[in-house]
Amino acid sequence: MSEAAISAEGLVRTFGDVRALDGVDLDVPEGTVLGLLGPNGAGKTTTVRVLTTLLRPDSGRATVAGVDVLKHPDKVRSLIGLSGQYAAVDEYLTGQENLQMVGELYQMSAREAKARAKELLEWFNLADAAGRIAKTYSGGMRRRLDLAAALVVRPPVMFLDEPTTGLDPRNRMALWEVIEQLVAEGTTLLLTTQYLEEADRLAHDIAVVDHGRVIARGTADQLKAQIGGERVEVVVTDSAALPLAVDALSPYAIGEPTVEPHTRRITVPVTGGARVLADVIRELDAREILIHDIGLRRPTLDDVFLSLTGHVTESDEAVAETESPEAETATSRKKARV
Amino acid sequence: MTATTLTTGAAPRQIRGGVVGMLRDSWVVAKRNLRRMTRIPEIVVFGLMQPVMFVLLFTYVMGGAIAVPGGDSNAYKQYLMAGIFAQTVTFAVAGASAGIAEDMTKGLVDRFRSLPMARSSVLVGRTIADLVQTAFTVLVLAIVAFIVGWRFNNGFLKALGAFALLLLLGYAFSWIGALIGLSVRSPEAATSAGLIWLFPLTFVSNAFVPVSSMPGWLQAVAYWNPFSATVQACRELFGNPTGAPTNSWPMEHAVWVSIGWSLLIMAVFSYLSVRKYRSATA
Repeated sequence: MSEAAISAEGLVRTFGDVRALDGVDLDVPEGTVLGLLGPNGAGKTTTVRVLTTLLRPDSGRATVAGVDVLKHPDKVRSLIGLSGQYAAVDEYLTGQENLQMVGELYQMSAREAKARAKELLEWFNLADAAGRIAKTYSGGMRRRLDLAAALVVRPPVMFLDEPTTGLDPRNRMALWEVIEQLVAEGTTLLLTTQYLEEADRLAHDIAVVDHGRVIARGTADQLKAQIGGERVEVVVTDSAALPLAVDALSPYAIGEPTVEPHTRRITVPVTGGARVLADVIRELDAREILIHDIGLRRPTLDDVFLSLTGHVTESDEAVAETESPEAETATSRKKARV
Repeated sequence: MTATTLTTGAAPRQIRGGVVGMLRDSWVVAKRNLRRMTRIPEIVVFGLMQPVMFVLLFTYVMGGAIAVPGGDSNAYKQYLMAGIFAQTVTFAVAGASAGIAEDMTKGLVDRFRSLPMARSSVLVGRTIADLVQTAFTVLVLAIVAFIVGWRFNNGFLKALGAFALLLLLGYAFSWIGALIGLSVRSPEAATSAGLIWLFPLTFVSNAFVPVSSMPGWLQAVAYWNPFSATVQACRELFGNPTGAPTNSWPMEHAVWVSIGWSLLIMAVFSYLSVRKYRSATA
């Protein structure tokens, strides 16, 4: 077994009546990425805070790079890089000054810190803004500056708490590339995210956290396999045709079909892949049922998340809140399905 | 992002132990706070306006109406300045508390706490920067006071001693500000929480009016007020009028009582602040 770069055992932390961490166990092998997925308040950030020495757990043990977090927090701090949920940069210092300060606090000499800051700014495409105060930076630039600060020394273990939250797709992709490069060079990474796509792309292993516990663990594929296989999704043109369509699909179904009247959508679990899809299309055609859309779907991490936690991810919830009541009903129906 | 590869960077290194490491880290943080002050000069300017206004208002508006026992019409002006100096240095509380509260809400305290630096350095660096700002404010104030007619009469060295006592008091009070900043949830709350109790503290003292005019029970409070000791000590060192002689012990040993109070406040509040900082959560 390779040495675990991060390991945690039975972490418990309560805030008043709330058990933010209720026995979290984790281990991240050296050189790998663990994606910590969970809804708001699941305990992701609290876990990161404990592992980065910002918060003491009520009970449990943790080591980072082989060093006990509770016994030698100072030593741990010299081995980690942290980029928190909000870009923690000094708005009134320039990009250069921000990074130089962090370098000096990582115990570099002033000259070393200066050179490193310059190098990082170039790498993060901030060289042109190096002499401007961070207050004038865009959200994406601040995020990059914050991530650069976590990389002033090349720490063997990094913690990124929702690193791409609030970034536009272009900046998100760019940041992913940086993260991939770091990992390729041997950095161990613990990443929390609310974007399932991000975990799918970056993480070797995923731990789903809910109510302060790790409720599932595995690779993205393993987790997807856990909740079953593929399904055919049909959207009919006329909602009156829904019962007919269900009838037509039932011979191919290996489980209960789900019907969403609002969206005129039927989902049936199937096996057999594209061949089944072709059969289904022929069957519907033969019965003269008009279809608006049809497709074969494999489970996404979204589905995994939904089936494990019983609720949608934060981003979906936020959407549901802002949409019409109808959309909310659709969401709850979606919940009922799994 | 550019296509070039980022070099590995320096290997992470261990925290430097001891006082030297602490002072070095504190200086890095102090530099950062001083830089901020040059970027937001409004803070320094408004910090100056209030005491300068007090000097002018008390000298020209109230000065004529307040009589210092045993003094002529010029005496109040001479009497007043030490009080305004002392009040000004204690306002360093607001700077420290607002600054630290802001660092907490912006996530900077989390960043600092995750770095291999001395635990007390964020607070020491903050209070040192505030001390520099206070020294600057006092210097400008002394010039304004000199222009309106205030003088020190016991020589330059004793006057310097008085300013040293003032800065010591201001430094001690900025630790109270640090604790407030770590305890409240927003910079706005920190500013008011940092200032509100300073008014009774500075007014129930010998700073603006002679204590002998207060009711007896309040006199006792005013004489033992840490603030009064420093004001009295400064008046003695500046050679300014001190009001009616009193047989109150802290007033008779004002210099030592002032130093004692400042050191005591510093010890208690730096201990409490550093302890709070270790467990601070944004």
